[in-house]
Formats: sequence, C-alpha cells, structure tokens
Amino acid sequence: MIYAMIAVRTPLLALVGNPNTGKTTLFNALAGMNQRVGNYPGVTVETKKGKLHFQSQDFEIIDLPGTYSLAARSPDEMLAVDVILGHQNKSDRPDAVIVIVDASNLDRNLYLATQVLDLGLPVILVLNMIDVATGQGLTIDTEKLSANLGIPVVPIQANKGVGLDQLKAMIAHTLATDWASRERKRPEFPAAFESESRRLSERLNGDVPEVLVRRLLLDVGGYIETHLIRGHGPELAAELQAARQRLSQAGCPVPAIEARTRYAWIRLATKECVQRPAQRPFSWTDHIDAVLTHKIFGTVIFMATMLLIFLMLFLAAPPIMKWINDGIDGVAKMISDSMTPGPLRSLIVGGIFKGVGSILVFLPQIMMLFAVIAVLEDCGYMARAAFLMDKLMSKAGLSGKSFIPLLSSLACAVPGIMSARVIDQRRDRLATIVVAPLMSCSARLPVYMLLIGAFLGPHFWVQGLTLFGLYCLGLIVAPVVAFLLKRTLLRGETPVFVMEMPLYKVPSARLVLRRTFDAGWMFLRRAGTLILATMVVIWALLYFPANDANGQSFEEQIAALEAKDSKDLDKAAREKIKDDVNAVRSAWKQESVLGQIGKFMEPVFRPLGWDWKIGMAAMASFPAREVMVGTLGVIYGEGEVESDDIAKSGFRGDTDLSKRLQQEHVFTVPVAMSVLVFFALCCQCASTLVVIRRETNSWTWPAFTFVYMTVLAYVGAFIVFQVGRLF
Amino acid sequence: MLSLDQLRTGQRACVESIAGQDAIVQRLYEMGLLEGTELEVIAFAPLGDPIEIRLQDYRLSLRRSEAARVQVRLLG
Repeated sequence: MIYAMIAVRTPLLALVGNPNTGKTTLFNALAGMNQRVGNYPGVTVETKKGKLHFQSQDFEIIDLPGTYSLAARSPDEMLAVDVILGHQNKSDRPDAVIVIVDASNLDRNLYLATQVLDLGLPVILVLNMIDVATGQGLTIDTEKLSANLGIPVVPIQANKGVGLDQLKAMIAHTLATDWASRERKRPEFPAAFESESRRLSERLNGDVPEVLVRRLLLDVGGYIETHLIRGHGPELAAELQAARQRLSQAGCPVPAIEARTRYAWIRLATKECVQRPAQRPFSWTDHIDAVLTHKIFGTVIFMATMLLIFLMLFLAAPPIMKWINDGIDGVAKMISDSMTPGPLRSLIVGGIFKGVGSILVFLPQIMMLFAVIAVLEDCGYMARAAFLMDKLMSKAGLSGKSFIPLLSSLACAVPGIMSARVIDQRRDRLATIVVAPLMSCSARLPVYMLLIGAFLGPHFWVQGLTLFGLYCLGLIVAPVVAFLLKRTLLRGETPVFVMEMPLYKVPSARLVLRRTFDAGWMFLRRAGTLILATMVVIWALLYFPANDANGQSFEEQIAALEAKDSKDLDKAAREKIKDDVNAVRSAWKQESVLGQIGKFMEPVFRPLGWDWKIGMAAMASFPAREVMVGTLGVIYGEGEVESDDIAKSGFRGDTDLSKRLQQEHVFTVPVAMSVLVFFALCCQCASTLVVIRRETNSWTWPAFTFVYMTVLAYVGAFIVFQVGRLF
Repeated sequence: MLSLDQLRTGQRACVESIAGQDAIVQRLYEMGLLEGTELEVIAFAPLGDPIEIRLQDYRLSLRRSEAARVQVRLLG
C-alpha cells in the first residue's frame, strides 16, 4: 500500500544555488515553458515549480531563491530550509537536491553545497560555467571532485544547453539508487560542538530536527532562535548563550566555527582536483570594471544609463500606451454603437473596457523596465550600479539596490515596485516599495499641467519652478519616510550589504525575453483582476442612481439630446446641444453615489480650501489619479476632457477646462496649490496598491501605504492652503 | 593592527581576525572572509563607500562599516 503511494507520486527535485550561478537559466532549460509560481504564506520571495520529462519519466522541480547560505535571518531566507525539510508541506519533501555552483568560483559556492549535504537528502552537484573556469585557466577533475565530495558531479553550460542530458540521466540514476547505503561524506564539526548540539537537542525533547538544532546553535539572533525562544521562553535564550559561551571557551566560537570547518573541508576536497594557473590572468572583468567603477567614467556611464532608463519609461512608452488606449477605445465605441443605452452598455464600455484599458496600459512600462533590468542583472552591471549609489541611498537607510526601483517610480510606481524584487534585504525591499508611490509619476503630470497652466501663469519661470517643486516634494519626502520607517516599523539589526560583484558577461537574449514576458504576464494575472474589479466599483459609484429626481434616465436624456444633433444645424445650435449634454453629464455626476459622498464629505475638504466639487473629483481619482482631469471636466460641464489635450496645451492654460476653472470663484492660487500638493503626496492609484499587495503577499502594506500617504497629502494640502491664504 | 577599511586601492592583505558574532560577521565568514584568507582592494566607490575587494576567485563589495570589523595584516 505504502509502496503504491510512493510509486504514484512524481519525484520532486529542489534546485538551490548561490546568486549569479545561472540557476534560473538551468531551471528554464530543464522545465521549459511548463512553469508556475508558488507562494508561501508570510514570505515575500517566490518559488517556481516546473515539470521535467526524461525517458518516459516525469519529475517535478522546484526552484528556490538564490542564497549563499542556509543560515536564515528572516522568513524569506528560511523558505529554502523549510522546503527542503518538507516543513511547508509534508508530502512535498524533495527526493533529491540539485546544487548548482559556479565552476569559476568553486570554493565559495561549495559552502552552500556542504550545508545541503548536512540535510541528508541525495545531492547532485552541477558545475555550471565550466567554460568561464577554463577561460580563467582553471581545470577541474570532476571525477576526483565527485569522489572527494561523495556525491555525483555533472559539468554543464546551462546557457548553451551543454551537459543537460547527462544531468537528466544522473537525476534518474540517483533517484533509482539507494542513497542511504552510500558512504556519507561531509564536514565534521569539532567534538565540543557535537556534544553541545546533542545537549540542546535533548533540551528541546527531540522535537526539533538535528539540522535545525545545529543552525539554532550557529545562527546568533537568527530566525530559528527568534522562533524557538518565542515558543520555549527566555530560559532557552539563557541556555543558548551559555552553550555558545562554552563553545567559545573550547576554542570553537560561533559563527566562526562553521566557516572554519566547512572551508577547511572544502579546501581539502578541492585541493587535488582544481588546478590553478600560477598567475591569475587579467580578465575582461578586470578591464571593464576599471572603467565602470572608475570615479569619473563610472559615474558618467552610470548617469547616462539611468537617464536612458528614465527617458525610455517617460518618452518611449507613452506612444505605445496611447495605441493601447486608442485600440480599447475603438473597440469600446464599436460595442457602444451596437448597443442600446442602459446600465449594461455603460458597464461594458465605461466599467469593463475602461478597466481593461487601465490594466493593459501598464504593460509597456513594466515590460520595458524588466527587459532593461534583466539585461543589467544578467550582464553584471546591476551590482555595479548598486555599488555606485550605495553611499547616497544609505543616507535614507536604504542601499544602492533601491535606486533603480525608485528612479523607475518617477515614470510609474507599478513597474518600480515590481522591480524592487532586485533588493534581497526584506526590510529594505518593503521600505522601498512603501515609499515608491511618493515619487511623482507621469500620471500626475496632466493634473500638474492643468492647474499650473490655469493658475500660475503667465510667467513661465513660476510655472517651471512650481513643477520642479512638486517633483522635489516626492524626492525629499520619500527618503525621509524611508528613513523613519527603517527607524520604527522596519527596524531590525543592521542589515548586511556584503554583495558579490559577478563577472561581466554577454546577457542571454532568451533569459531577458523570458523575464520580460514573465513580468508582464504576472502583472496581468495577479494584479489584473483586482484592478478591473476596482474600476467596475468606481464605475458603479458614478453611474448610480441612473435616473434624475423626476425618474428620467440620465443616459436617455443624453441620447435624446445627441439625437437632435446633425451636420445640417448651424454652429450656435450645435454648441447649444453640446452644452446641454455636458450639463446633463455634470448633473448626473453630482447626483451619483460618489457625488453625494463628496457633498457629505465637504466639511472634511473645507480646511484644504476645497468645495465638494473638487473633493468629489479628488475622491473619484483615488482608483486612478489621471481620472482627475476628466472628472473635473464633467463636473464643470466641459464634457470628457482628455489628458492629451491638457498635455498639448502645456502650461498655456488655454483649454476650455482651464478657462472654466479660472472663472470658479473657489479656485484661487492657494486652492490650486493645495490640490497640487495633495496629488503629489497621495496614493491615488488602485493599481499601485494592488501591486504592493501582490509583491508583499499581504494586505497590511498596501493599507499602510494608503493611510500614511493620504494623511501626508491631507496635512500637506492643509498647510499649503492655510499658509497660502495669508498672503 | 589594520582593519580592512583602512587599506588603499591595490593593497593586498591577509585576514587576521573578525570581531563579533552577529549577522554581519556570519555573512563575512560565509562569503569566505576568514582567518588566513588573502585579499586585494580593487576600488572604492566614487563617494568613498563601499569598497570592492578580490578574494578567493571572486569580487565582493562591502561597506566600510562592515570592513572595519575585519582585522588584516598587510602583504608586501
């Protein structure tokens, strides 16, 4: 019976390795297109699962996050250990572990491999980048290495597909052999450590697996320590400290003893089988690095690269976004023309199609940014960029890795937040994600243009300075918030910034394409539905009630008015019809649920100098701030104003809407400024919040972001208005 | 005794000891910075921090504050 159950289950392989070892490339080569992303509760990193077929046998393979060590300091780092030990899901314990190592940097890569050996599962060592090692004059005797390590060793070149068949054959062979009967080789810790480990294990009543007891002893302040002390009380902390004290006196202090033991064993194991050249050859990486990390050239090249990324997101993406919008609008119009007016038509056209459009419109920027990031990461420049910017970002309590996500957020926070995946420190990633929406994104620009154009003319320098000030507001507030977060909510022990500077190499087109499409697809699948739902809710809040006080349908009134319009009428008559239509639209919006909420909330907006119309437009813009311009247009009876028209007008303030706003007595310069500041600081973007939820795997962070930014925006707008009206 | 952050570009040194037992020290050990490891300072970032070193067969960047934990002996 048990035999039958084992036979039915597809063998599961876990893939682990250091970052920059070509792990993802190997996983893609093994699993092909057959992949899905797995999420674990409480963890912000993701794993991928794929299926592998070899000689009529099926295998499942799980790709774990790249890591240098199994010593876990956060739930994210604990994931690899949990998965390998089968703690996440008992039936999901891997049958074997594939450890991929960079052959050109064998010793340090083997450190993780020796930790995996301790877990007792069958292990296959994959020597990747054997060509790079050869290029550096290293020769590796794989058979001898295999004998010394006591595990199978397969040399491959994942990027060229060399050695994959041998690897698959080795996987099948390893799973078919009786692993337990092999002679087990692994680093042996000093006797003092073993006896402390046994003692601790007994103290924990044998409830904790041996491997984790050893980690508990070794990882000072680590995840397991924190976790177990919470369960077993402070006595355990005291005993742990005493045990470490005894170890230190016995000449094997933690954590040093682990590195000493493992590296000594590794050196012995690799000594005879790795031949190094007497003189290290001067490599390509040396040449390139001499330029790219140079004080002057390095800085100039870095700035040029960053400027290119920004211009790409800011200038090259919008035309594509416009095509997408025009395409959606075209289809929506076709459907609209073929249906009778009513809630269904409005739901499809104004709710669903607008919603789908507002999702698809993010794709160009997301995919462009991920393509660039994939290139930068794969060629090795990402680490250099982080190296160059680290000092600057450290002033805000972040690291150099936060720079690109924050820069990208100046174009759009959605790809920016997604790109925060490059940050491996959990607290830094969260802080970066939470402050990214403070960066003035391109969707704020139409609102800035409209109000600056209408109220801060005619001097161009006043307008320019105001726009500059609004951008600076984000650039100043974001680091301050990040700094405060790192001191309060996200406080923890000083994070480690030790970062490998990988070798430069030509990026793989396949990997770049894959990551680009993965990013786009993931956004559509994970965030798309939620964004669509939000858009439909907002549509409903603005659509209902559908009838005016006399029970007449707004939509039919508009249709009746528009039916009167024809090309034969004179210009004045046609203008009159247009004005009437806009008046009905305005009345409809004011009567809508959202309009009534706006009126009800007016006392809240008063201290900002706003009347209920501005308040309502601001509230209608919470799902997507670019809606502000259109909503203001409808409320003030100017019809559906397009952001494009505002953009074309620039700061001239000569659009109908600008002129109309200038006539409104409530709209003074302090009020315009207070609206501007509110928009600069507020998180009026459902897509951003949905993506934060997706990236942090919890609703806490989007809720936090929304609340703190709304409070900040309100306080900012309040101060600006109250100070502004003194003059 | 010198600490790693006091070295200049191009200088080679040998790790003598690392102070402490916290996460930073553990990570330095894991990355192969342990007693007896030989290293070379390759560069300092334009703003003076972090620092890039070569050890074993690879390159590593670390902040000055982290490098200050590593005591080294200068090699000729």
